[in-house]
Amino acid sequence: MTVEILPPSTPPSPAAPRAPLVDMRDIRVSFGGVHAVDGVNIDLHEGEVVGLVGGNGAGKSTLMKVLSGAQSADAGEIHIRGEVASISSPRDAKTYGIECIYQTLALADNLDCPANIFLGRELVSRVGSLDDDAMEAASRTVLNRLNPNFKNFAAPVVSLSGGQRQAVAIGRAIHFEAKILIMDEPTAALGPAETAQVRDVIKQLKEEGIGIFLISHDIHDVFDLADRISVMYHGRIVDTVEKGSVTTDEVLAMIILGKKAAEASREELAEIQI
Amino acid sequence: MTGAEAQLQPPAYQRVLGAIREFLRRIPVALRRAEIDTRLFGMLVALAIIWVGFNVVSDGGFLTARNLWNLSVQSASIGIMATGMVLVIVSRNIDLSVGSLLGFLGYTMAMVQIEWIPRALGLGFDQPYTWLVALVVGLVLGATLGAITGLIIGYGGVPSFIVTLGGLLVFRGLIFSYAQGQTMAPLDGIFRLLGGGPEGSLGETLSWAVGVVIAVAIVINAVRSRRRKRHYGFQVRPMWAEIALNGFAIAAVLGAVWVANAYSWPEALAAQFAEERGIPIPPGGLIIPTGIAYPVLILLAVTIVMTYVATRRRFGRNVYAMGGNPEAARLGGINTRKTIVTIFAVMGVLCAISAAVQTARLNAAVTGLGGQNELDVISAAVIGGTSFAGGIGSIPGAVLGAVVMQSLRSGMLLLNVDSPTQDIIVGFVLVIAVGLDAYLRRRAG
Repeated sequence: MTVEILPPSTPPSPAAPRAPLVDMRDIRVSFGGVHAVDGVNIDLHEGEVVGLVGGNGAGKSTLMKVLSGAQSADAGEIHIRGEVASISSPRDAKTYGIECIYQTLALADNLDCPANIFLGRELVSRVGSLDDDAMEAASRTVLNRLNPNFKNFAAPVVSLSGGQRQAVAIGRAIHFEAKILIMDEPTAALGPAETAQVRDVIKQLKEEGIGIFLISHDIHDVFDLADRISVMYHGRIVDTVEKGSVTTDEVLAMIILGKKAAEASREELAEIQI
Repeated sequence: MTGAEAQLQPPAYQRVLGAIREFLRRIPVALRRAEIDTRLFGMLVALAIIWVGFNVVSDGGFLTARNLWNLSVQSASIGIMATGMVLVIVSRNIDLSVGSLLGFLGYTMAMVQIEWIPRALGLGFDQPYTWLVALVVGLVLGATLGAITGLIIGYGGVPSFIVTLGGLLVFRGLIFSYAQGQTMAPLDGIFRLLGGGPEGSLGETLSWAVGVVIAVAIVINAVRSRRRKRHYGFQVRPMWAEIALNGFAIAAVLGAVWVANAYSWPEALAAQFAEERGIPIPPGGLIIPTGIAYPVLILLAVTIVMTYVATRRRFGRNVYAMGGNPEAARLGGINTRKTIVTIFAVMGVLCAISAAVQTARLNAAVTGLGGQNELDVISAAVIGGTSFAGGIGSIPGAVLGAVVMQSLRSGMLLLNVDSPTQDIIVGFVLVIAVGLDAYLRRRAG
């Protein structure tokens, strides 16, 4: 069930310097006979944004859940910096510096911002008491960077706006110094100003050498932010392309038809009005 | 004023109502500025109304040292279990088995004292260690049975409602495996002190000592919290609020000690005590202040420990996170199954403590011990602001809820309200309290 092959203590191979940050090989997940992810290969390098696009049910979120430890794969291997990684729970993923911002944000609505940022990784004093003040101070630092207007540190996050909640979820990933970041529809619930803010954050993180998988329905977001684009269709990768080598229409055609741009016939393209 | 203007002016009663409404609207704002829990404040107000109301109706019969002392002892057993029920309900579970588990554990502890140590092991009655062995057996068994319940819920995936409904039947039935359900009495002399009563109390000096220690702890806690917040440059409570709040808390603690000491031993018992020690009885009778009863002391300790666990430990934070969003808790790397096992194990331990208090107070174990306690415990937690939607609830609130419930019962008893009518009224109060809470919460958004 898990993707473990070797213990994580394997010495680094000599070829490591050029190894990709993440290399997922032949990942398979099925739910009762339905192949949600069907033999996918995908990789990600430092300071790179890979856009993951596809229709509903194409398998994008499931694939990313395998990487974040929220879903176990039936088969396949994950290599982190060239070494086989054993990821069978969210906690495992976090030890590899993998942080995920879920579409649902995965916030405990009844808790305040610091409690959510440190959810499952609370800071404690020497005697094991929660250090709420230290957590609040750290939360203020990280959120100040994301959204200087954020003030509501004591309120349950249920009372915050969509953008503020998003900021809390992103703040969690940034505080724990993600090396690999998965963002599942980070701007779907946001207004234009907040969307611009998230885009700026993504560009900043990329500058810092963090590798980002960006799942998005918004093809313009993806073209703006991604270096490469992987198109998924029915659990498979249709193609992975450099952003500069394709047009938005070609990517749209791949999403809808599930075929590489060159393979689609004129009739099919005409039918989807591209 | 012309006729038209007079018509535009709302009638006087509406203006008065408006002013009252405006005043009520401002209370939460002031409370928020002082960082006071609105719900806890509301409960204190409700409790004050209940107490004063009963006192007026009973011509001063309610707010007597004797009645308040009894009230404190009667609230202890339910209050102790209610602290655990908060965690159970906050984590979106329920425990219907607490009353039966209490009965089974109480019976087991009685068996240890009456059958196993004296007869089966032949060590005799009233050994100095008997009470401790009985208590430890009860606590360990309580933790074990609670953990098994938690395992079935967390790892077995059976809903807690069903598992604990089964537990309710199983534990009650198991009592009859001991001594065919005969009443077990009397209990060990030292163990009996856990139930309170004049001898099972701290007495004057120690009660004051406990009061002073708590008062000092309140001050130290306030000073340290302010200093820590300043260190990080956070906003601190306005000074007036800090002094008023902590002053009120200290006054309440010392006032409670004063009341407990104002209740003196019953005359006959004091006379017997004097005779045994050869103390001459002064004119007007021997006054021995009772002080804080042991069950109340236990409740106090349990409340402090459980509040600390719920608000200042990782385990407690995880419980609240699970209640707020189980999926988020899992994705955050929290081991939700293990947390559930711990919650129910803690509940089992608290049942054992309450079982000790109840059997000690009765000086016997009877088959009906703890019957329907689950309903009182759940009611106390819910009146105390614990939400069945999960993620919301406070431990001091639940203890206050237990005191509110007991105050109602004790007050109605004082007014000679019969037991079925008491049930009807408590039933209405429960539904109204929760309804009001839900309404206010919706209003607050």
